[in-house]
Amino acid sequence: MIDLQLTALLLAPLLGGLLLAAFGSRSWAAELNSLMSFCTFAAAVVLTMRVVEAGPQVAFNEQFFIDQLNVFLVALTAFIAFTTSLFSRPYMRIEQDHGRLSTPMLHLYYSMYQLFTLSMLVALTTNNMGIIWVAMEAATLTTVLLVSLYRTPASLEAAWKYFILCGVGIALALFGTILLYFAAERVLGQGGTALLWTHLNEVKGELEPTVLKLAFIFLLVGYGTKIGLVPLHSWLPDAHAEGPTPVSAVLSGLLLNVALCAVMRSKVLVDGSLGTHFAGNLMMGFGLLSVVVAALFLSRQKDIKRMFAYSSIEHMGLITFAFGMGGPVATFAALLHMTMHSLTKSAIFFAVGHAVQKAGTQQMENIRGMLQISPTVGWGLMLGTFAILGMPPFGVFASEFLIITTAMHDYPWTTPILLIAVGIAFAAIFGKVQPIVFGETTARRLPHPPALLPVFAHLLLVLILGLYMPPYLANWYRQAAALLG
Amino acid sequence: MTYTIQFINLLAAILLLIVFAMLSQRRILSLINLFAWQGLVLSVSTFVVAYSTAQSHLYYSAALTLLLKVLVLPWLLHRLIRKLNVRWDVETLINIPTTMLVGIALVIFAFNLAAPISQLSEGITRGLIGIALASVLLSLLMMLTRRKAISQVVGFLAMENGLFFAATSATHGMPLVVELGIALDVLVATFIFGIFFFQIRETFDSLDITHMEKLKDD
Repeated sequence: MIDLQLTALLLAPLLGGLLLAAFGSRSWAAELNSLMSFCTFAAAVVLTMRVVEAGPQVAFNEQFFIDQLNVFLVALTAFIAFTTSLFSRPYMRIEQDHGRLSTPMLHLYYSMYQLFTLSMLVALTTNNMGIIWVAMEAATLTTVLLVSLYRTPASLEAAWKYFILCGVGIALALFGTILLYFAAERVLGQGGTALLWTHLNEVKGELEPTVLKLAFIFLLVGYGTKIGLVPLHSWLPDAHAEGPTPVSAVLSGLLLNVALCAVMRSKVLVDGSLGTHFAGNLMMGFGLLSVVVAALFLSRQKDIKRMFAYSSIEHMGLITFAFGMGGPVATFAALLHMTMHSLTKSAIFFAVGHAVQKAGTQQMENIRGMLQISPTVGWGLMLGTFAILGMPPFGVFASEFLIITTAMHDYPWTTPILLIAVGIAFAAIFGKVQPIVFGETTARRLPHPPALLPVFAHLLLVLILGLYMPPYLANWYRQAAALLG
Repeated sequence: MTYTIQFINLLAAILLLIVFAMLSQRRILSLINLFAWQGLVLSVSTFVVAYSTAQSHLYYSAALTLLLKVLVLPWLLHRLIRKLNVRWDVETLINIPTTMLVGIALVIFAFNLAAPISQLSEGITRGLIGIALASVLLSLLMMLTRRKAISQVVGFLAMENGLFFAATSATHGMPLVVELGIALDVLVATFIFGIFFFQIRETFDSLDITHMEKLKDD
């Protein structure tokens, strides 16, 4: 039984949200935020160990379902939520000292941060396709006020765009869910069980193919808006650039994964019903388009956070493409790339956050010579950039290499497109980050020492996983990949 | 039984008509009233489905819809426009005839898309998915053509209504826990929209979202 572990996992962020709603304006709110995030992470570790030991399980009247796939995302989500809370402690204090944030805004930030973690964990662990939708919408609702936290005209515009676009997207996903239920109730009968994924998975061969086909299109477009797939991506760079950096880090590193997980759950059902590669082809198309368009937009960016947001679109496109190809190797690579991208991208955002604070601007042409004033921020940014660009020996290299070799084998015509896009992205990002790190400095010192432990912890993990993958971890990924088929 | 089917079909037609009316309505106050009417139609149709299929949990849905979409949300919106002092605002819409024509095209598209599904469903639900999808797409069109933040939000809520109609009438209702979750999300979203209105007005001195088209890639 995993009821206890699961309760702890969901209760920790809920309690954190309530406590911080009450005490969020105290001076120790940041520490409380980290503490509650740590509790969540600890519960996630215990849950993961339990599931790895005992296999997939349902809990609470089958309303929750944990298997190798989502427990890995739960662990990743809880870990990055914890490290981001460590990063945000000094980061938000510096923002406050610079006068960009007031205490009531921080109060809002802390309690919403916990509730956002909660909604992502619910979306990951629930067995009910309807509740996934509710939790995904809740994730938007909790972050939208965080995107506009600075109350600048630009941040308001970004938040409004985020709210409206994701609202529309998620509404389409709801229509997909309704269609799924429409098909399911003909097989499973009316009532509670017809939206439970485990039940749907058992009868997926009997679900009406025409309905499921349409349902998947709506689900992919709907959740795809959240993933940031082109052409539904336009909210993503704005929200990442205008929101506070810890929010950019969790949006990029976590929310996109959770939305992708919802799509994958749907894909398993559609594949079972149709018996064709329809869902995979759609995902490959969207993925490829995202990779190419994001790569082309990368070189035009002037704002550093905006640039790395486009890099997130590129990587999510690559992961979606790999999931679309299907098969054990590509799915394995996609899961690995998901992990690597989350760890690396959040590390980059941490480093970028401090670099921006030191330079006082997000415009890349005005951020220069980070290495002189702060070697740790400079090296963090440089190494993170190397990692995200897929340089060996970092883990992103391994997963990208696997994805491209599989593409070469199964869909040779996509290889040149992928390679050119990755090349363009490399040139664009490297060319822009290099003068930021080296060169004459324009930066100033900060009132609080920055938290760079999370940056190097993430990068070290990515490095280790790139050099050596422990057998149990590889086995775990393989099992998760087998679940997705 | 045949009467209830006829009645639900009639309600579906009214629903679609109201969406078209919203699409062409320029006064914000009337727009909110139309939204309340749409909620009422939705609530009645849910009630009729509940009665004809003898599903008790749909009665709760009908009551919830009545409470949330006919009373609470319109009241909140009325309060908002009074506080923001935009009660009598009239929007300048360009080209209502063109919008209407696009709307008709969308309805045809929606019916075509839903045709294979309509053939599967028996009796009561025939054709309703098409109407629901059409009203979702029309609400989407409304969000695209409007330039005032409040009308966009009403479009968003109307879209939610179309989805709810699909859920209750075409599939006899989603599980109650899901419906409650959706209702909660919509309510919270409306509150957040309200907060946004004040923030936008404070920053831009107007609720026109044309001021908010600065973020671009160049």
